Amino acid sequence: MATAPELTATPSGDVLELRPAGSWTAANVTKLEAMSEGVAPQLDRSNAIKLDLAGLRELDTLGAWLLEKMSRRASSAGRPVELVGVGDNYTGLIEEVRQVNRRNPVPPPALNPAVAKLRDIGRSAVSAMEDVNVFLQMLGSLFMALVGVLRRPRSLRLTSLVYQLYRVGWQAIPIVVLITFLIGAIIAQQGFFHFRKFGAESYVVDMVGILVLRELGVLIVAIMVAGRSGSAYTAELGSMKMREEIDALSTMGLDPVEVLILPRIVALVLALPILSFIGAMAALYGGGLVAQFYGGMGPPIYIARLHEAVSVTHFEVGILKAPFMALVIGIVACSEGLRVKGSAESLGKQTTTSVVKSIFLVIVLDGLFAIFFASIGM
Amino acid sequence: MQEVAPQFAIRVHDLVVGFGRKVVIDHLSLDVRRGEILGLVGASGGGKSVLMRTIIGLIPRRSGEIEVMGSMIGGANDRTTQAAAGRWGILFQQGALFSSLTVRQNIQFPLRENLVLSQALMDEIATAKLEMVGLTPEDGDKFPAELSGGMTKRVALARALALDPAIVFLDEPTSGLDPIAAGDFDALIKTLQKTLGLTVFMVTHDLASLNTVCDRVAALADGKIVAIGPMRELLQSEHPWVRAYFHGKRSQMLQPKAS
Repeated sequence: MATAPELTATPSGDVLELRPAGSWTAANVTKLEAMSEGVAPQLDRSNAIKLDLAGLRELDTLGAWLLEKMSRRASSAGRPVELVGVGDNYTGLIEEVRQVNRRNPVPPPALNPAVAKLRDIGRSAVSAMEDVNVFLQMLGSLFMALVGVLRRPRSLRLTSLVYQLYRVGWQAIPIVVLITFLIGAIIAQQGFFHFRKFGAESYVVDMVGILVLRELGVLIVAIMVAGRSGSAYTAELGSMKMREEIDALSTMGLDPVEVLILPRIVALVLALPILSFIGAMAALYGGGLVAQFYGGMGPPIYIARLHEAVSVTHFEVGILKAPFMALVIGIVACSEGLRVKGSAESLGKQTTTSVVKSIFLVIVLDGLFAIFFASIGM
Repeated sequence: MQEVAPQFAIRVHDLVVGFGRKVVIDHLSLDVRRGEILGLVGASGGGKSVLMRTIIGLIPRRSGEIEVMGSMIGGANDRTTQAAAGRWGILFQQGALFSSLTVRQNIQFPLRENLVLSQALMDEIATAKLEMVGLTPEDGDKFPAELSGGMTKRVALARALALDPAIVFLDEPTSGLDPIAAGDFDALIKTLQKTLGLTVFMVTHDLASLNTVCDRVAALADGKIVAIGPMRELLQSEHPWVRAYFHGKRSQMLQPKAS
């Protein structure tokens, strides 16, 4: 039923007669566009246009628009356009199309590239300030919610807290153990390989012990928790925000921070020190295995060396950092979740931002703690 | 141009659809004529949307045959279904606009994927469709999240009509529109149906729409079509559910207009 579209242009005196024929439908758009471009020069040369639609077999909005565009081109140059042979079933459509595209949207004025660059710099500065602001606001409202819970302990969402602890703590144990075990083993192997040249193999235990307890154990675990639980928090809160669940909570007189965010962050703050401890033990175990099978150092010697090299201070330094890192991860994850806008793309973007930002902040925080502990002599 | 074309746009024969133990569509048969506007009414949760989604291949069926524009329909991923997809446009209940694209890009999406045409023409077509559904060209730069419920419907309609399909499926098109906008919308559907020989399959509860635009109305109850015909005939139907639907308290308000 669809036939090839045609357009014949016959000049008769001053009048240009255009005869479209066949199927002027979306399926033939490539051909139609070329044809209507093709008659444009003739259209501009002639003084009057006669558009004869009698030969049309099919017409849709796209075809009607192309015809309208031709006649508009002529009439805007002050040349009369006569439309003949319009089939009854096309009158409505042609009338409809005549109304559209009358008003061109004004394109925004183009900016000077230098100004545009400055504007971008300004915007990113403002958004960095806003990030700090959002972080502090979340910290503040979290503190207020905590005070509220301390005053009325019954308002603590215990079920939610336990459930979140199960998710971010208990369920994270296998992967944390596996990764830290491997890290401990790798550090020990590298230590033996390089220290052997100086005959300083016994100091490998010092290195593994101090590194794992003070820095690496907690850092690796924090990074993994940021990727594993922080991203989940952002995605959960983000999709709740998208579906107006958070607005629904507020209208019922409940504080979303108290109901949703406090249990999540408290769970994280409780879980991260425990996970760090488990991780550190797994890393020391991995180091011990490598010492036995690769370094030729038996367990009794390894444990004795460890006992000499490591003090409780090292362990304290490591474990003290964990709750603060958890707080940073939780606040970033939750506040990014609340910044999700309506689209699916925005959810993905905020989740990425949440993970990147919390890993960055965890490392910065670790650096600050290193300076702090060094200056107080721990 | 329609000599060789089949008389029926959609033919559904002996269709059964169910989920688990529940049978939603029970041996249903329905023919939609070419170029008509068919309104489908039924109780909420009674399977209207299920029937529509089964016809377009989104829900698997237990048995029965579905024929759209003369070709058999399989699942949504089936090749014949996708070939038919070029010939139908669907307005989903919630709009189902792509949230990461602007309104204009949403409308251009089917054009861009199916046809080869210049960006300038594509912009003009998108603007034309926007204006045809009663929006302004400036709305084209908005994102779906910035639209009101009624605007979302209109944009979704513009997208469904982007390729000037032979059949459009409308799932509750006028719900969420104010009466004036709903009236304009009905008029637009009528215009397009007249000019393009468009077949419209409309799931609706809007009695005014049923009255003014639908050529025929089908009533779905207990998984079957219990009555089908012009509005006048349905008003006289003896089926208890159809009577309750059209002669209930809310419908009474519209009766003077209906008769």
